[in-house]
Amino acid sequence: MPAADLSADHLFDLYRRMKTIRVFEDTCVAAHKAGEIPGYIHSSAGQEAVPVGVCAVLTREDRITSTHRGHGHGLAKGADLERMMLELYGRVGGLCGGKGGSMHVADFSVGMLGANGIVAGGIPIAVGAAQGLRLFGSQAVVACFFGDGAVNRGPFMEGLNWAAVYGLPVLFVCEDNTFSAFTHSSTTTAGPGPLARAQACGVAGERVDGNDVIAVRAAAERLVGEMRAGGGPRFLWCRTYRFSGHVSIDPATYRKQEDLDAALKRDPLLVTRGQLGDAAAADAIDAEVEAEIARVQDIARKAPYPPRAEAFDDVQDIGSPAVEAAR
Amino acid sequence: MSNVITMGEVAARTLADEMRRDPTIWVLGEDVQAGGIFAQYKGLFQEFGAARVVNTPIAESTIMGAGLGAALVGTRPVIEMRIADFVMPAIDELVNQIAKVRYMFGGQARASVVVRVPHGLHPGSAAQHSQVIESWFVNVPGLVVAAPSTALDLAGLLRTALRCDDPVVFFEPKAMFKNVADMLGDWPAIPFGKAERRREGKDVTIVSWAQAMPAAIEAAAALSADGVEADLLDLRTLWPWDSEAVLASAARTGRALVVQEGVGASGFGAEVAVTIAEHSAARVRRLASPRIPVPFAPTLEDVCFIRPGMIVAAAKEMVAG
Repeated sequence: MPAADLSADHLFDLYRRMKTIRVFEDTCVAAHKAGEIPGYIHSSAGQEAVPVGVCAVLTREDRITSTHRGHGHGLAKGADLERMMLELYGRVGGLCGGKGGSMHVADFSVGMLGANGIVAGGIPIAVGAAQGLRLFGSQAVVACFFGDGAVNRGPFMEGLNWAAVYGLPVLFVCEDNTFSAFTHSSTTTAGPGPLARAQACGVAGERVDGNDVIAVRAAAERLVGEMRAGGGPRFLWCRTYRFSGHVSIDPATYRKQEDLDAALKRDPLLVTRGQLGDAAAADAIDAEVEAEIARVQDIARKAPYPPRAEAFDDVQDIGSPAVEAAR
Repeated sequence: MSNVITMGEVAARTLADEMRRDPTIWVLGEDVQAGGIFAQYKGLFQEFGAARVVNTPIAESTIMGAGLGAALVGTRPVIEMRIADFVMPAIDELVNQIAKVRYMFGGQARASVVVRVPHGLHPGSAAQHSQVIESWFVNVPGLVVAAPSTALDLAGLLRTALRCDDPVVFFEPKAMFKNVADMLGDWPAIPFGKAERRREGKDVTIVSWAQAMPAAIEAAAALSADGVEADLLDLRTLWPWDSEAVLASAARTGRALVVQEGVGASGFGAEVAVTIAEHSAARVRRLASPRIPVPFAPTLEDVCFIRPGMIVAAAKEMVAG
């Protein structure tokens, strides 16, 4: 894929975003293993070209929905890096005030409608967001990220049908990282793949190399352009590979070493470096990104945990537990 | 001049009022353009058109989830679930998503939706079209739960639901939609969490809600004829619920009978009963349906209903004891 129609600056920017996601993920996994971050981390290392390529053609007004592996989607859409790190650490100042953590990162100020702990959970939300935006006369579109596991859940079919019936501008992005949790998706998924399922509902789309950010961006640009012209929903099937286990504590012993070795040779960061053709410049970006992540991690480590009383905030206005507790 | 209309028409007219007031309110659900199966959307499609009265596929997960998505971009959807039993395919979207978005995203989001759920025992409707499940949702933080039993309360609580920012699960008594009432005057908004006293009495408190109310009203009249004066409270909303009114009444009468349609085990009646037990010296009893699926044949189905005679008998035992 020639990079001729992208400016060098833009390609460097895409690389910087991908690198930011990679270092963020690796840093958070290490911090979790060191006992600094509670819970667990679903790392998207290896999949960075998908959110970065898609979000590169979206405006701030456009919305996205995400998955349990959602840090990259948020960062690609422009979520604040420091506040996301604070959220993963469960500290004051986090995107969700420490109430969500890794699986529920959200930044509504940039149109990121939230990661989601339920597989396929974002799909109905995405089509509804597009429907609500239409009611307001908005021109914004919605990109809906989900994994290869989600295509076997009912809301996937419901959402495709729904978007097609109402002609909604939703870009369905299947970020196919090859695994449904611990299971190779090929062993649990019938038929020729997610794109065929979309086409069966009348939703046109493309299959793309999900490790090539230029290819992802180009496909997303075509499809979103058709959507903005009133073409209704589109589907983008991005083939990629999850470098980590399902969660940070999963050693992924179910996967063949040669498969991982082959995938690592197709690391999206390496692919983009090759397209950049300027190793020194890429190295300089790497160093800047690593310094920036170290800076925000240091802030997160020093930030306080939220006070206990905040557990009762933002449940609901009517019949709120804070009112009950005060009785 | 009278204005005799059905409860379904009261619901539709109230919603139409609110849709005129607030252009961000819209409706999505199966067959809503036809007026809904209980006429509770009658006339809305003709007035507001297909953009605001959206007929959907039979796809409960996405009806519920799309409602949420539309709320997250600032609209106020009315999500029609047809009957309570059909909420189950949408339970993820309601419980995991709608109830929690505000909290888990740290206050960035509001799910200002009204989920309309016709519920309750409905003769001949059997195990999957006759369930009473409002108690489940009281157990879910984030949700407001309403369960009116009269047309005036349905109208007033629906207005409040459409004007508040919290997600409201709005249970409507489906066996009563065709009941007619003379609906003169205004139908003002009614605050959540305020019980309505249907009858005043000094001998025994009876607490009920939704489709169990008509039996409770009939029982209270029969008790009065026998010299037992019941203080009858219709809770109207289950979360929040008017524990103050219930506790005050129980303290006055010293006896509280909780009457609940639907399975008693882990039902909301248990919450009411234990609250009374914790905070007053009143004796407490509960009447509820047995823990069986709702059967079809009339002789079998009958065991699920709370009949006035059962309430009368229980109240008299309490007064005698």
